[in-house]
Amino acid sequence: MLIRPAADIRPSEITDHAVYLDRRRFLAVGAALGTVLAAGKGMAATSDDAPTPFEAVTTYNNYYEFGTAKEDPAVTAPGRLKVSPWSVTVDGECGRPGTIGLEDLIKPVTQEDRLYRLRCVEGWSMVIPWQGVPLAAVLKRFEPNSKAKYVEFTTLADKAQMPGIRVAVLDWPYVEGLRLDEAMHPLTLLATGLYGQALLPQNGAPLRLVVPWKYGFKSIKSIVRIRFSETQPLNSWQKANRREYGFYSNVNPEVDHPRWSQASERRIGEFRRRKTLMFNGYADQVAGLYAGMDLRADY
Amino acid sequence: MRWLKPAAFTVSLLPLAWLAWQASYGSLGANPVEFINRYLGDWALRFLLIALAVTPVRRWSGWNRLARLRRMMGLFAFFYVFLHLASYVGLDLFFDWAALWKDVLKRNYITLGMVAVLLLTPLAVTSTDGMIRRLGGARWRRLHQLVYVAGILAVAHFWLMVKADIREPLAYALILAVLLGWRLWGFAGRRLRA
Repeated sequence: MLIRPAADIRPSEITDHAVYLDRRRFLAVGAALGTVLAAGKGMAATSDDAPTPFEAVTTYNNYYEFGTAKEDPAVTAPGRLKVSPWSVTVDGECGRPGTIGLEDLIKPVTQEDRLYRLRCVEGWSMVIPWQGVPLAAVLKRFEPNSKAKYVEFTTLADKAQMPGIRVAVLDWPYVEGLRLDEAMHPLTLLATGLYGQALLPQNGAPLRLVVPWKYGFKSIKSIVRIRFSETQPLNSWQKANRREYGFYSNVNPEVDHPRWSQASERRIGEFRRRKTLMFNGYADQVAGLYAGMDLRADY
Repeated sequence: MRWLKPAAFTVSLLPLAWLAWQASYGSLGANPVEFINRYLGDWALRFLLIALAVTPVRRWSGWNRLARLRRMMGLFAFFYVFLHLASYVGLDLFFDWAALWKDVLKRNYITLGMVAVLLLTPLAVTSTDGMIRRLGGARWRRLHQLVYVAGILAVAHFWLMVKADIREPLAYALILAVLLGWRLWGFAGRRLRA
């Protein structure tokens, strides 16, 4: 059965690179275009979701391997992170483990455009036009076996390239995980680009995960290893503070972070806070994954 | 030394001037509201520590004219504290009083911050010569010892807010520990001699 992701935000709304380069005008035109599209087609949901300017997407980043301030990664990552050649080791509970070059991993799958909301656990959000491939299509080639219940991802951890690693803010390397059905969900993307160009180092070049219904820290950057496992992976933030960060980390306005409310968020570029949506607005497509679960216990 | 006070006053306004300058060029980054709030909070804490450092530095250096700056530094601390609070209520929450009340009750770091503001307010109000006279020196001094508690609360407020990288609040905590430790040392010494 082929499950097509419902077009929540249509790819055609994504601005191409040429327009991006003319971004001052793009901002004004984009806003107008969004409004016209929304009004013309009665798509109320999308009028809110104008893409966040490229400038903001590439200068306001959480990537602690390159420093803990938002503006650090854009300064320290470019020129330091060597994105080519890049290979990914796939192992664990699967029939065809191995180490594979990035090209060979991505090329067999058709690239797609996805305009997704990104909600950070800190209470801010963006809308980002990604390019990438559905994670499911990539994972299937490695033939996960019947014991594969989870997928664990690991970020590069190289002192020589990543100045932030010298500080033990987190237990490096950064690790994240998904349940296999979450990983195989059609919304889950393995991204290689944004705004029509290759990912910049500060955005997790050359290969990162994008799971739009979960808090941003689940969308692990610069992936070097993918492991199928029978047991639930211990993701880095959960390891750092189990009380505040769980495994699932689904965007949920009703379950607060112990230290701050998750009921609202500031969309980057906007002044007033807006209400946070259940599963970041993707409930129609993903709520079924969590049927019967207590989302307060499995935060 | 007639220049000392005007010079200190001007220098103390520079952080605010820099913020206004950056804001006028729209160069406060992708999240200006967060930037303004954090920036003002940083300077509120710094001026609180500067105010607390006036007396120890005066004693160590023997430069007694510094005493004239103590009140000004304390008032600048309160000034930046007020701006920090105003940016949180006005810019971040956009005067959503219900959300503010919930934050104050539920979020430890906000509770501590608010208590610190409440402790500092009577100190700012009683900073005039007239109030010192009216209260009497001894009572005024005892009241103004609240600044030690406010300092501890302010550092805790910052510490509890950060996600994982505690280096910055740790640095402030160490400076505060030195400034308060020095006073405790003097207090214990006087007790022993008495």
